[in-house]
Amino acid sequence: MLNPVQTIIAKELRSYFVSPVVYVIGAIFLAMVGLLAYSTVASASNQALRLMQIQNTYAQLNLNELLFRPLFRSMNLILIIVIPLLTMRLFAEERKLRTFELLLTSPIGVNEIVSGKYMSVLIIYSGMLSLTALIPLTLAAYATFDWRPIYLGYVALLLQGGLMLGIGLFASALTENQIIAAFLSFGMILALWMVGALSTAIGDTSLGHLLSYISFTEHFERLIRGLLNLKDILYYLSGMALMWFAAHQVVDSYRWK
Amino acid sequence: MIEVQQVTKRYGKFTALDDISFSIGKGEIVAFLGPNGAGKTTTMRIITGFMPPTAGTARIAGYDCLESPMEVKRHIGYLPETPPLYLELTVEEYLTFVGRIKGLHPEPLTSRMKTIMEQTGLSEVQGRVIGHLSRGYRQRVGLAQALLHNPPVLILDEPTTGLDPNQIIEIRDLIKSLAGSHTIILSTHLLAEATAICQRVIIIHKGKIVAVDTPEHLSARLQQSETLSLTIKRSYAGLAEELGRLPGVLTVTTGPSHNTYILETKMGVDIRDEVTKFIVSREVGLLEIKAQPLTLEDAFKVLTKETSLNPAESHPLQEK
Repeated sequence: MLNPVQTIIAKELRSYFVSPVVYVIGAIFLAMVGLLAYSTVASASNQALRLMQIQNTYAQLNLNELLFRPLFRSMNLILIIVIPLLTMRLFAEERKLRTFELLLTSPIGVNEIVSGKYMSVLIIYSGMLSLTALIPLTLAAYATFDWRPIYLGYVALLLQGGLMLGIGLFASALTENQIIAAFLSFGMILALWMVGALSTAIGDTSLGHLLSYISFTEHFERLIRGLLNLKDILYYLSGMALMWFAAHQVVDSYRWK
Repeated sequence: MIEVQQVTKRYGKFTALDDISFSIGKGEIVAFLGPNGAGKTTTMRIITGFMPPTAGTARIAGYDCLESPMEVKRHIGYLPETPPLYLELTVEEYLTFVGRIKGLHPEPLTSRMKTIMEQTGLSEVQGRVIGHLSRGYRQRVGLAQALLHNPPVLILDEPTTGLDPNQIIEIRDLIKSLAGSHTIILSTHLLAEATAICQRVIIIHKGKIVAVDTPEHLSARLQQSETLSLTIKRSYAGLAEELGRLPGVLTVTTGPSHNTYILETKMGVDIRDEVTKFIVSREVGLLEIKAQPLTLEDAFKVLTKETSLNPAESHPLQEK
């Protein structure tokens, strides 16, 4: 017997996989990551060659710094485009097709609906992300590198994706138009990213610190450097909880309109 | 079973429902009759707990729709105006999902699904994707969804729209067969449908209840006069006055075209024979004569303005 959240998750996964959405998004994501990984590896080996010519010795290169960090940063960028496409249908489609009336007149709570939907996209995203683990696993056969920043990089990508999915979930609850939902989440994620750039411009003031805390850039950067800080993990988890709550409030407010 | 007390619903400045109250006993079938925008759907959404009223209370089986929404939701099956269907799922997958969110356990759900699919005539399409089904089938899936957890109260928003005549009869029979064990509210804008299935009719118009009565009483109240429509080939001056002098004719008006006359006649006096003989004697070429059924529009005119039935106040046409 499935509980209500599991029922919603099962239905969402079914809907994602019977439509081409997941396949298209997954293919785009994996193709882009694969291409970036290839070009990063290529540029890393170029750099190694040049160093060898200059120093005329075999240089011990730090692959984590040269390869994985730029790759994780690029993956983060790809997520900004991919995640809104994944989450746009979550609530928008239900409202458009009026299936929301069924959910809201069934003995199931708004928190269960929102949690079920959030978890379903988290599962799909985790699946997509785990496929990219082939990249470090393949490279491990040819090179040696420190695994800790790789593990933490994946933790960072998982949390980063989770936060973006939460933003997408919230944006999808705001409108019944999927395209608008996608642009809204894209805009919100981009804004959160730019806040980080602004904080570097402002510099070492209390406002600068606040802005850099709000933006994900610094938290993400610390994790992919292999630094595990509780406050970075807390940043992501609280952001995800906040987005869940915001989506919940919006869905709950439908009945008052 | 269903108690609605002084419910008002406003959307901004617009008042969709204005202080309506009614109650429906266990096992009754009641129709909400009204034109589009009368407030039928709003009333149903309030009863289902989908939306709260601005003022007033609604109760189902003693549970307040605002205070104990979960209990209310367990007691109702609701078919909205647009059936809430996931087009990418098959009928079977969809009903399984609905059964689960309604809290049915797996074994009773399987047998219940079988019964419901037979009742609604879905057995042969159970493996098909809902998006590929015709409108009539989709409506049936919507109905199956509402019946699935065998709720004591059924709320059906225009259950027969989009169906062909045979399907309409099937669905009406199905609804009738559920009476007694279920309390049913259905909305419709067809007077004939309301009289065919329901024991009681609630007529709403512009957010107010205009009449609550049995279909028999309502018909009696409405049909104090009958209408004949008459079409002739050649125009004939003064025909209207002459028709007006026939016994049993109350008023004469010209119809949509010049040579069509609408005769309002006394209730229970069939004067088609006399009228036909009269027209034939004038040799104007009788093309058509028929009794006009009472439409919902007429019913509203009558119920919102009872006085217009009084022949003294109607205006016989003065044809030149």
